[in-house]
Amino acid sequence: MENYLLSIVTFLPILGALVIAFVPKEKLNVIKWGTAVTTGLQLILAIWILKVFNYSSADVQLVEHYSWIPAFNIEYFMGVDGISVPMILLTALLSFLATFTSWNVDKAQKGYFALFLLLDTGMMGVFVSLDFFLFYIFWEVMLLPMYFLIGIWGGPQREYAAIKFFLYTLFGSVLLLLGMLALYFVSEPHTFNMLILAQQSAQFGKTLLLGMNAGHVIFILLFVGFAIKVPIFPFHTWLPLAHVEAPTAISVILAGVLLKMGTYGFLRISFPVLKEATLWFALPLAILGLINVIYGAMAALAQRDLKKMVAYSSISHMGFVLLGMAALTSAGMNGAVFQMFNHGTTSAMLFMLVGVVYDRAHHRDIEGFGGIAKVVPIYAGVTAMAFFAGLGLPGFAGFISEALCFIGAFPVFTWITIFATLGIVLNAAYFLWSYQRVFLGELNPKYEHLKEINGRELFALIPLAIITFFLGVYPTPMLHVMSGTLNHLVEAIRSAGMVAGL
Amino acid sequence: MNLNQIMADLSYFIPEMVLTGILLLVILFDLFQKAETSFRSAYLAMGGLAIVTVLLLTQNVSPAVGIFSNMLAVDGFARFLKVIISIGGILVMWMSLNSNELKQRRVGEYYVLILTMVLGMFFLVSATHLLSIYISLEMVSIMSYLLSGYLKEQMRSNEASVKYVVFGAFSSGILLYGFSLLYGITGSTNIYDIQAALVAGTVSPSLLLLIMIMIMVGFGYKIAAVPFHFWTPDVYEGAPAPITAFLSVSPKAAGFAVLIRFLNVAFSNAGNPNMAAWGALPNLNWPAVIGVLAVLSMTVGNVIAIQQSNIKRMLAYSSISHAGFMLLGVVVADQTGIAAVLYYASIYMLMNLGAFFVAIYVKNTFNTEEIEDYQSLGYKAPVVGVLMTIFMFSLAGIPPTGGFVAKFYLFRSLIEYGDLYFWLALIGLINGVISLYYYMRVVKAMYFGKMDLPEHTYQAPLNVTILLILLAAPLLLSWMLGDPLSVYTHQAVQFFIH
Repeated sequence: MENYLLSIVTFLPILGALVIAFVPKEKLNVIKWGTAVTTGLQLILAIWILKVFNYSSADVQLVEHYSWIPAFNIEYFMGVDGISVPMILLTALLSFLATFTSWNVDKAQKGYFALFLLLDTGMMGVFVSLDFFLFYIFWEVMLLPMYFLIGIWGGPQREYAAIKFFLYTLFGSVLLLLGMLALYFVSEPHTFNMLILAQQSAQFGKTLLLGMNAGHVIFILLFVGFAIKVPIFPFHTWLPLAHVEAPTAISVILAGVLLKMGTYGFLRISFPVLKEATLWFALPLAILGLINVIYGAMAALAQRDLKKMVAYSSISHMGFVLLGMAALTSAGMNGAVFQMFNHGTTSAMLFMLVGVVYDRAHHRDIEGFGGIAKVVPIYAGVTAMAFFAGLGLPGFAGFISEALCFIGAFPVFTWITIFATLGIVLNAAYFLWSYQRVFLGELNPKYEHLKEINGRELFALIPLAIITFFLGVYPTPMLHVMSGTLNHLVEAIRSAGMVAGL
Repeated sequence: MNLNQIMADLSYFIPEMVLTGILLLVILFDLFQKAETSFRSAYLAMGGLAIVTVLLLTQNVSPAVGIFSNMLAVDGFARFLKVIISIGGILVMWMSLNSNELKQRRVGEYYVLILTMVLGMFFLVSATHLLSIYISLEMVSIMSYLLSGYLKEQMRSNEASVKYVVFGAFSSGILLYGFSLLYGITGSTNIYDIQAALVAGTVSPSLLLLIMIMIMVGFGYKIAAVPFHFWTPDVYEGAPAPITAFLSVSPKAAGFAVLIRFLNVAFSNAGNPNMAAWGALPNLNWPAVIGVLAVLSMTVGNVIAIQQSNIKRMLAYSSISHAGFMLLGVVVADQTGIAAVLYYASIYMLMNLGAFFVAIYVKNTFNTEEIEDYQSLGYKAPVVGVLMTIFMFSLAGIPPTGGFVAKFYLFRSLIEYGDLYFWLALIGLINGVISLYYYMRVVKAMYFGKMDLPEHTYQAPLNVTILLILLAAPLLLSWMLGDPLSVYTHQAVQFFIH
């Protein structure tokens, strides 16, 4: 079974979706528990992958490699390394927990859970594909369920948010497609195999495309495609809207997994395949990272809507990832991937918590609450913990990863890093300020009878809290998974730079 | 040319002869039917086309031959398109049986006209002589005029027919003028001899360009490319819906076939049988002209489609934009480019017929063609809703549908040329994103907005459901299972070389 582990973990949700499609729509419990069982099984498989993964090797593992469309040398090629394993774990975990966050979906549940599972397959597929064509297919497959999930089950402005999200990401995908085809034709023999493309890395800088360095042109095309997903300023405008309008569980997935795909794309394709262009673009990437950190935090500070604030905090947190990546040092790279994982767990918690209060109060206006800690102490406690994790307090995993990003980036981009640390202060400011306005002070009499967080909601939150806390105290297991692959990648890029005389 | 030669050539002509026989049989059969039972002709016609399809599939096309003094070519390229056209005919007849517009009406001749049109397209895709090109083109056009005016008592249908005739007559007049000039400077009517004369002589580039543009008026009108598209929306809206569906796929595919064959033979720089070595005539840069038409068609078609509120008109404009996409492959005009066009034409047939058939079902059931009235269709008729969503996504070219793969192959053939067509690919891709917007409007209407859940759901007739699933399934499955179609299309790029 290990030979097909990745295919199974990817396509298991589709199987679940097909089963759900044939369940009568009145049998809500069957549909919900069917989804929970499917994603639960997927989580078990993901843990199994973690278990059989050989930490000491930088090679791709659990490989499945078949010819698919021979006319174009397209392959069905899956495999995992230290970058994808944490992402697979994150995807499986959040899909499982988000199922329980979706429990109260009030209309067309059958469609909701079927699409949710389809989305799960798309996400998982992106993280296991090693053939660019296959990667692209999964990348796009994710779009469709996301469009419906926002557009049908979202908030009042859902239709606009859904189409904006769709058009924006599709525009990015189109450039990605162009970059992918260009890469296919500058490689010799033509291939979509990412590993072979990475081996041919040196020649892309020497070829011309549109009269410019082919490596640079392709890097920019891929960059825009991935940047929209991250999102990197100024391609971020779809994000707050989509987050605010999406139902809670979908916000969790969006922030927890989808945003990681952009940075994952850089690490999986742009960096290893276009090594020379990566060095060329490192400084702009770091500057964009800084802008993300500061801009995201400032924007978050200005929000009155709790969910929008969390959405902007995501932009800020992804900035740290970019900064750590751009440094191209071992510490920075490890910090970046670790931050990707941590942001996944923390932002998932934050969105779930916002969902909890929204379900009860039916609004998210920060100014509209006040003193509710007195009524809902457990909720207040969990939120405090999630906010502390979000602002990177020592003892939580976010602290370690942000620190690693700074340590890695400092020797390379000293001034940028110094300014980026300001982001930490701003992060603390908006988290604490909003906490104060919502939970502390005079109790708003309207919320005297606010209901406490229930068991199902806690069930989705507690595993995330434990993980964040555990990795904050003892990050080694996670760093251990990814460091082999990442250090290898850093060395490869550095030595390619030496050869090119950069 | 002696009788033996003709007899020998006839052995390559069996599918066409069988089709003619069936056509006559249907006319006879219809004589003995009352108006209410005249629909039975459809079964005969569909069965006949199925036989013809099988005959075509078993036809031996290697080596490719020219028959009847090189009037027609029998080669892999023509055969592939004939199969597509004939399958398209069967599907359209199938849906015609379910169309309310054609109920309570004598329809025997309707099916005869469709069969005649299919025969005309068979000739068109294999024509290698100016005369056979013109005659088969007219044969297709005249049948189209008749069929689009088939709803005699409806103003819109009459208007469609008359507009179509006027535009058609005008375009074929200009086409003929172009042909006559070509004959004047080369002294030949056979496209192989024309090519030889053009390569040997020195014709002024401006005269050649003029000739090409005149010919493009005729072909461009058939494939509905901008700026020869003005007839499309009114005809598509007024004609009976199954005929609109038919017009948007089969004659378009046939038009592309004759365009590709004509450009690649008459205006190529060498009679080299090796396709890879072919290029445009040195004094006529026709790929550039086609490139301009492609960009115009994609963009204009898209921009106007956005503003449409009637589904048939929206699909009409979108078909203009799809013609633009297919022209991108004609620009490249090498093996991968032409294979990509054939692939696109096949996939386009499935998805566009699917979209039109859903529109017919909706018209039958809810009596509306307005996109707004598709409100909540996804909940009222769940199966049809899901299938329509697949067709819309496929038309927009979103993975994992066949529409994406078809576009992917087109862009692949463009990028292969490096810098030269890179911008063309970029414009095409951006147009793909724009097209998403109007296809999504249909999906949005079906699922989004206020959800007035109906008391009971509608179920399409079983045979319509089966038909729609037959159209949708290959869109999703074909390419996932190793894409046999891409292999067939590559094999089909085989021309008869004189």
